[in-house]
Amino acid sequence: MKQNDFEQQHQPLWDEFSKLLKGDDKTLDRKRLPDLYQVVSHHLAISKQRRYSTNLIHRLNHLVVEGHKRFYGDLPRFRANFFYQCYVGFPRAIRSNAPFVWAGLALFFIPGFIFFFLCLTSDELIYSLMSYDQVRDFERMYDPGSRALGRTRESDTDLKMFCFYIYNNIGISFQTFASGIFFGLGSLFFLIYNGIFIGAAAGHITQVGYTDTFFPFVVGHGAFELTAIAFSGAAGLKLGWALISPGPYKRLMALKLAAKDAVIMVYGTTAMLLLAAFIEAFWSSSSTLPISVKYSVGAGFWALTIIYILFSGRSRNAAE
Amino acid sequence: MQADLAGPVVRSLAFVIDFSIRCLAMFIIMIAALLLGGNVGWAVWLLFYFLVEWWYPVLFETFRGGQTPGKKAMGITVVNDDLTPVTLGGSLIRNLLRAADFLPSFYTFGLISMTMHPQFQRLGDIAAGTLVIHKAAETSAPSLPDTTPAPPPFELHESEQTAVVELSLRHESLTDSRQQELAAIVAETMGKKPDSALNYLRSIGAWLLGSR
Repeated sequence: MKQNDFEQQHQPLWDEFSKLLKGDDKTLDRKRLPDLYQVVSHHLAISKQRRYSTNLIHRLNHLVVEGHKRFYGDLPRFRANFFYQCYVGFPRAIRSNAPFVWAGLALFFIPGFIFFFLCLTSDELIYSLMSYDQVRDFERMYDPGSRALGRTRESDTDLKMFCFYIYNNIGISFQTFASGIFFGLGSLFFLIYNGIFIGAAAGHITQVGYTDTFFPFVVGHGAFELTAIAFSGAAGLKLGWALISPGPYKRLMALKLAAKDAVIMVYGTTAMLLLAAFIEAFWSSSSTLPISVKYSVGAGFWALTIIYILFSGRSRNAAE
Repeated sequence: MQADLAGPVVRSLAFVIDFSIRCLAMFIIMIAALLLGGNVGWAVWLLFYFLVEWWYPVLFETFRGGQTPGKKAMGITVVNDDLTPVTLGGSLIRNLLRAADFLPSFYTFGLISMTMHPQFQRLGDIAAGTLVIHKAAETSAPSLPDTTPAPPPFELHESEQTAVVELSLRHESLTDSRQQELAAIVAETMGKKPDSALNYLRSIGAWLLGSR
């Protein structure tokens, strides 16, 4: 069949398909879409095989691509439903990647505890990790004698700190995750580095004796913040491991598969860090409450985090 | 289905446009923050810095059909590797891994990966399973030149047919002199003078397309 006849014969059908895809004309029957899609795809194949002009092939290809988008664009490749992710998706992603999560937690907390105790016993070690000014700054932050924490802060200071924590902490978490693509080495580095830094700072503050200001401050948001950093490291390690040991897949395929779970973990850690920033700015910073209240609420947050990660969405998990 | 992949150059240009827009946005926000002053100003600045730094491409790509303003200006778009529209998850992965593509500096890894990969994917694209393609504009059927169709003087090979047809269909997009030049190449085989060859080829093209 000559191209002109082919075009003349099928142009009305292509027009109808195009209009249906755009959805302008309400009088057309939408139920015909699947059939038309099939026919147009067939026409594309015929046109290629008969070597019709590139222009015709382009036009048909455009229609087929648009149709393909309509039919396959909404597949739940990354289910973005917020509540589903909070309740089921994220905790399940953490549980089903337990080896990476344990590795992340270990790489973050073990150096943290080691340097906590080292700085507890030596008052000089901290200076080989941070500059003198840095040490003085954070000592002053938790100095019970200083009035910064002793008075109730203005609410606009809380707001500023909230935004600072978002900017800083989520940035660190993204960095820890993203650098995992280098065979996990980046995540490994950032986990250990942040672990050492935070552990050393905590150890030093304890050694100086500012425990009554420091621990009530950090115990609340720490539940979400510290675990979230470890989780984002775990997501990075998962990417890295997919490259090191891809199993039955090719490396790049393994990386794509790993990214599916990793992105859910990143969503979750981002949400946890937002929550942590909120608590840190508006709850942790308030110093009018007695220490016992802050410790109990802090313990409550830790328990909540652990229960959430271990149990949330389990029953639906089994049903799937 | 087919799509045209966007190469490193056009993507870099899109990046430069986006980067300029981001700088401009940050500059405006900085002025606004300074006007607000104090801690509220700081809060606004930090929050927007975070949003613009990490979420600018993600939000545009997810909600504006895979196009940041820079990509739109260059006519390119992000899609999943099966040509479906990019989703939030895919966009987030490819843009978070920007941090990895950036290393050691100035997107060196990203550029190396892009130039070496058969589908021009940078590290973020590989992990997210996304492609950057030229956005296909909807084309309409081209008009045929005004000629009387004539059968070819002898049987044409398949590829020769295609060439003649394409020449006829592109009579509006190629300059006249270039068309003359192309037609002159085959003038002798067709037994025509170089200056009448183009019209003759157009007639054959129309005939091959089915006009009588």
